[in-house]
Amino acid sequence: MSGAGWVQFVVLIIVLLVTAPLLGRYIARVYGDEKKAPGDRVFLPVERLIYRICRVDPEREQRWTRYALSLIGFSLVSFLALFGLQRLQGSLPLNPVELPSVAPNVAFNVAVSFTTNTNWQAYGGESTMSHLTQMGGLAVQNFVSAAVGMAVMAALIRGLARRRASTLGNFWVDLTRGTVRILLPLSFLVALVLISQGVIQNFNGHTVATTVEGARQLIPGGPGASQIAIKQLGTNGGGFFDMNSAHPFENSTVVSNFVETWAILIIPFAMAFAFGRMVGDRRQGRAVFGIMLAVWGAMSIGAMLTESGGNPRLDDLGVSQTITEDQSGGYLEGKEVRFGPAASGLWAASTTGTSNGSVNSMHDSATPLGGGLAMAHMMFGEVSPGGVGVGLNGLLIMAILAVFIAGLMVGRTPEYLGKKIQAAEMKLVMLYVLAMPAVLLTFAAISAVYGNALGSLNNDGPHGLSEILYGFASAANNNGSAFAGLDSSTTWYTTTQGIAMLVGRFLLIIPVLALAGSMVRKERVPASPGTMPTHTPLFGGLVVGVVVIVAGLTFFPALALGPIVEHLSL
Amino acid sequence: MRRLSIRLNGPWTGPLTAAVGMLLVFTLITGVVYPLAVTGVAQVAFNDQANGSLLERDGEVVGSRWMGQPFTSVEYFHSRPSAVEYDGSASGGHNLGPTNPVLLDEIDRLAGEYRQVNGLAADADVPVDAVTASASGLDPHISVANAVLQADRVAVERGVPVDEVLRLVDEHTSGRTLGFLGERGVNVLELNLTLDGLSSRS
Repeated sequence: MSGAGWVQFVVLIIVLLVTAPLLGRYIARVYGDEKKAPGDRVFLPVERLIYRICRVDPEREQRWTRYALSLIGFSLVSFLALFGLQRLQGSLPLNPVELPSVAPNVAFNVAVSFTTNTNWQAYGGESTMSHLTQMGGLAVQNFVSAAVGMAVMAALIRGLARRRASTLGNFWVDLTRGTVRILLPLSFLVALVLISQGVIQNFNGHTVATTVEGARQLIPGGPGASQIAIKQLGTNGGGFFDMNSAHPFENSTVVSNFVETWAILIIPFAMAFAFGRMVGDRRQGRAVFGIMLAVWGAMSIGAMLTESGGNPRLDDLGVSQTITEDQSGGYLEGKEVRFGPAASGLWAASTTGTSNGSVNSMHDSATPLGGGLAMAHMMFGEVSPGGVGVGLNGLLIMAILAVFIAGLMVGRTPEYLGKKIQAAEMKLVMLYVLAMPAVLLTFAAISAVYGNALGSLNNDGPHGLSEILYGFASAANNNGSAFAGLDSSTTWYTTTQGIAMLVGRFLLIIPVLALAGSMVRKERVPASPGTMPTHTPLFGGLVVGVVVIVAGLTFFPALALGPIVEHLSL
Repeated sequence: MRRLSIRLNGPWTGPLTAAVGMLLVFTLITGVVYPLAVTGVAQVAFNDQANGSLLERDGEVVGSRWMGQPFTSVEYFHSRPSAVEYDGSASGGHNLGPTNPVLLDEIDRLAGEYRQVNGLAADADVPVDAVTASASGLDPHISVANAVLQADRVAVERGVPVDEVLRLVDEHTSGRTLGFLGERGVNVLELNLTLDGLSSRS
């Protein structure tokens, strides 16, 4: 990898180390139990108005069942509205290039995809969705589905922080505050920075250009930047254009690329610090941050190195992939010159470690190990640093699993943050851990033998299996990135991936809320000499081990048949 | 007559009315107010960028600074291969795996063509960006190495000294921002427009 590639990576880490604690402190105030929070003078009147319109009593706290019911109700209404909007867009306004209404199976898939914060795209943005659908449907879900994830995190943290209580907060309040106080202001700033770099923001249709050689080129228009800012910050990832953040109008310069990479990572990393503050022990937050950073960093370095290393098959064809001052080198198929292999690899690891799923290079075209790392990073359950909110949830689940395993080894009742982990909690943890692999592997296995599904493949052999595995890893983890050669607009894929996304969202969120509901009742026992500290590097290593071993035992056989065998055949 | 009583306070009604209200309110805030506010500021502060950084020649739109174009004639610098032939209303890559024979044959063919067009030896190394398709299919840049190899051809075809062409290549090379961000690249459309400007002046 080039020296500049390394510098870029280190600078990103430094920027995260500075900004994540600051944002984390702010987030802790937004969701915390204190009465006052920064910006109350601006935000409170808006929020009070929203509560009045929606007839929500912000003072009324909810038990976990009511909290979950509110969340499911909101997601259901969102799904129905988004489905309807797509089916009717042909006869609705703000449709300058007169796109028809979306086919039912695709509309189902998209509605699930955007309400579950997956943003898997079984369609090309510029050729399928009207400006109205993009703005009034997809962009809205970019905000609220992210705010839902953050709300669940807030509920889980309250479950751990409160003692002998019964309620976890109010879902409607968390939804509102997360959107109004965190996502909207940040998105506004990021959108303006992106526009200054050349990302478009207008309400035009296509501009017709006559190229230098006299051909006709259509230059697309649309409110891109406002949607791209929230797609990164909310770990959504659904592109305004088909080719997502590789498209020059989504990500025009290296500066926009750096800002978007930061935007993907910042909220999930900041959540670790918010967690530490909310449970009243900042060391715990730093430990969680350290775990996230270590796994993300290792995967990033791996992806940057493999892509910079090039594709040995091209050496035989007299193609130079050497890194020099005059060329980025590396394997540039499916990559943009301005980003090169290092920034493409860094993005690939960042978008799969979170639940983002936007891409600035084609993962389907990556080297076998580069594509395999991205896949494995999702299979870790997206905990490094994970989606906004849900990533921290996943990591806390892994931490609870780690204290349980450690407890078994030394024969003590495991406890986390002073709360005893008992059979009821472990059952919920196991449900969480098993749901994603079960749906992923089952559907992938059927798709690997079902003729109709095989017709969607763009590649033969192990790479074809990788396309299937990646697709379901992405859906079941609510990621949304793809080995895009796979034609996922067929009825088989729109349906099965829709189900995988629903399982990956709700069969994970509901156990987390149930766990929070069970933990919130417990007393916090004071630490004794026998208590295992959960803020030490030793514990961090244990959690990383649990993450890697659980994913390894589950997915290694499948990965061996896909990316690993393909790498060996290079 | 017994009056039908409909229960309006079941466990679902509260969440559902709140959900409908919340969705409507947030559709207004995040789906209408927010994009309009961003567009308003953008159109004032960054008018050119917000509208696609369009480039004009003789008062007509000739393209966008950020959207690559296909170039076939020998007096122009050529862009990278594109899976969508630089169609601005679509975007996309090949999505062929790194061992796919279809891809490798294509790269082999493109490398042969590149050597021939630019008068290189049959065993000369070809820069990787010249024979691989980008992710977007709209890549506006080529590597400096690729441009330098094309400079001789362009200079001969246009009757311009090579040094002059190389100077222009350098002029249109974007450096690494702050010295470490991203990769150096040559903006093909802007370079070719400048070249055309030279010949129309002479």
